[in-house]
Amino acid sequence: MEKFTNLKAIVAPMDRPNVDTDAIIPKQFLKSIKRSGFGPNLFDEWRYLDQGEPGMDNSGRPLNEEFVLNQSRYQGAKILIARENFGCGSSREHAPWALLDYGFQVIIAPSFADIFFSNSFKNGILLIKLDANIIDELFNDVAVNEGYELNVDLEKQTITKADGTTISFEIDEFRKHRLLNGLDDIGLTMQHVDDIKTYEQRRSAEAPWLFK
Amino acid sequence: MTGKTLYEKIWDQHVVRDNGDGTALLYIDRQLVHEVTSPQAFEGLRLAGRKLWRVDANLATPDHNVPTTNRSQGIEGIEDPVARLQVETLDKNCSEFGITEFKMDDIRQGIVHVIGPEQGATLPGMTVVCGDSHTSTHGAFGALAHGIGTSEVEHVMATQCLIQAKSKTMLVSVNGKVNTGITAKDIVLAVIGEIGTAGGTGYAIEFGGEAIRTLSMEGRMTVCNMAIEAGARAGMIAVDQKTIDYVEGRPYAPKADTWDQAVAAWNDLRSDADAKFDTVVNIDAESIKPQVTWGTSPEMVVSIDSQVPDPANEKDDVKREGMIAALSYMGLTANTPMNEIKVDKVFIGSCTNSRIEDMRAAAEIAKGRKVASNIKLALVVPGSGLIKQQAEKEGLDKIFIEAGFEWREPGCSMCLAMNADRLEPQERCASTSNRNFEGRQGQGGRTHLVSPAMAAAAAIKGHFVDVNEL
Ligand code: SF4
Repeated sequence: MEKFTNLKAIVAPMDRPNVDTDAIIPKQFLKSIKRSGFGPNLFDEWRYLDQGEPGMDNSGRPLNEEFVLNQSRYQGAKILIARENFGCGSSREHAPWALLDYGFQVIIAPSFADIFFSNSFKNGILLIKLDANIIDELFNDVAVNEGYELNVDLEKQTITKADGTTISFEIDEFRKHRLLNGLDDIGLTMQHVDDIKTYEQRRSAEAPWLFK
Repeated sequence: MTGKTLYEKIWDQHVVRDNGDGTALLYIDRQLVHEVTSPQAFEGLRLAGRKLWRVDANLATPDHNVPTTNRSQGIEGIEDPVARLQVETLDKNCSEFGITEFKMDDIRQGIVHVIGPEQGATLPGMTVVCGDSHTSTHGAFGALAHGIGTSEVEHVMATQCLIQAKSKTMLVSVNGKVNTGITAKDIVLAVIGEIGTAGGTGYAIEFGGEAIRTLSMEGRMTVCNMAIEAGARAGMIAVDQKTIDYVEGRPYAPKADTWDQAVAAWNDLRSDADAKFDTVVNIDAESIKPQVTWGTSPEMVVSIDSQVPDPANEKDDVKREGMIAALSYMGLTANTPMNEIKVDKVFIGSCTNSRIEDMRAAAEIAKGRKVASNIKLALVVPGSGLIKQQAEKEGLDKIFIEAGFEWREPGCSMCLAMNADRLEPQERCASTSNRNFEGRQGQGGRTHLVSPAMAAAAAIKGHFVDVNEL
């Protein structure tokens, strides 16, 4: 996993609540046995006018010009602001893979769905929860300022606007630590192999039917 | 000292170590594996030169991509080469790593969340995970079960553990008795309508109350299955005699001496009377009517005797915009009576409602009747090969076929339309599945979630109708 320390980037708005993982990456792309290459199909059904299928050449497909990410002012955005319950629905990790592959490294919303939340952090995406009224302001800022950027500093836990005002955010200590250092969970857990073995010994005496 | 909730009991029994940073290393007893979310996990293991920590804790089956017709040719019968490769990859990975797999031609193959309980591979008190959000289903057995992403699948394969932060606890108590014709699906849709699709975020929900206790195990699985649609990773129900009777004698269930020992331990799998939940929600069972969703999120649900809601009555701006977008996607006009909405297709199946009880409920409605002429396709897809066999033994297949339904092979099918079963743009479907998201059942498709009896009734009438009025 890549380390995440800070990021200054263009912000794109996704102005609807309950954006689900089916919308983030439609199911036909889940047939892939790879972890990469999902970016061109991020929000596929909203982004293109035709029906997307795996293996298609996406460069020639008709774009839905209305869709926010197709507007020229949001090209190169790496920060996404969103509404309540972003990432609800399925457990598909293809959703954060697609967001990351597209270029998003930070998503800011009032709330996120649980599984999506942990999947994103495991892939090095920083998810930030802020009060709905602060998010409202961000949506307004983005709407009136073309090329609107934010500067996100994970170490300091701050988001700085172009005018220098800052918003601070909360993050679980363990998530912050892992993100800052780009740590891999399996590697961390492997340091506790003895604990796992001790647990198994005790538990298999207590509940032998779980270890047949 | 105050008592413990069911969630806390199972949590405490599975903590391997406290990481001291708000997380614990939690031991996982069972992992279910399917073709869609596992290939990248196996690949990760291979790249790192890691093995499975405990091969016997894993059980696999292909379900999402398998065709529901034409099973005779096995994998060769999957026409889509990309889907075929994914199923082949599962077979290859399972044999390489030594995991038991119910392959496409095995009578035990089916939807992961159906076969786990059916095989007794899901047991009370277990921690159960799967790379699929509807893993919450298994909580019906007094287990702690939740969906995980592919990185976590790999983590469990390699270490038998997950790094977890403890959830908050919520009790949803459905008090009193439900009226005739009201099923587990109506109960859970009503609960989601009440607390919202994000209402359970951060919580493990325990379902209790008389209306839940009187449900069969199948019904309890339907309720826990949709806990995730209320935002909760896990849904659970206390163990009682019904749970134990269901498990007894199943292939993976404990036998002889360990059986008695297990039952003694399982009897404690209920929240203590003085346990404290972070949140308690009370719902009056008697007020629940047959439910139909009208929008593109499971919380957009109403009773069959009411109308499509009017966004004009919604005060919250974001919600109102969401309603307007949903109505436009669904092709519906505010204030239309729900029972005037015509459907094009009907889907009875999915891990929510494809068990034998669901098949029976739908067949009871279909019996001696005919599918309406405006219905282009009415599909019945049992959840596993064994359910299909049982249903055929009871003659349910004949009832369906005579009425004009199609009787298919087991799999996820039109629940998410990864195989050939899908909606065409703008087609409207009465579906017993769990998600009415945009495009879920096919691009542009319009899904209304209902119970199996309500879906069968919609097939017969050609539009939604209260089952009690049939
Ligand atoms: S039936 Fe539907 S919800 Fe259930 S596992 Fe399959 S795709 Fe997922």
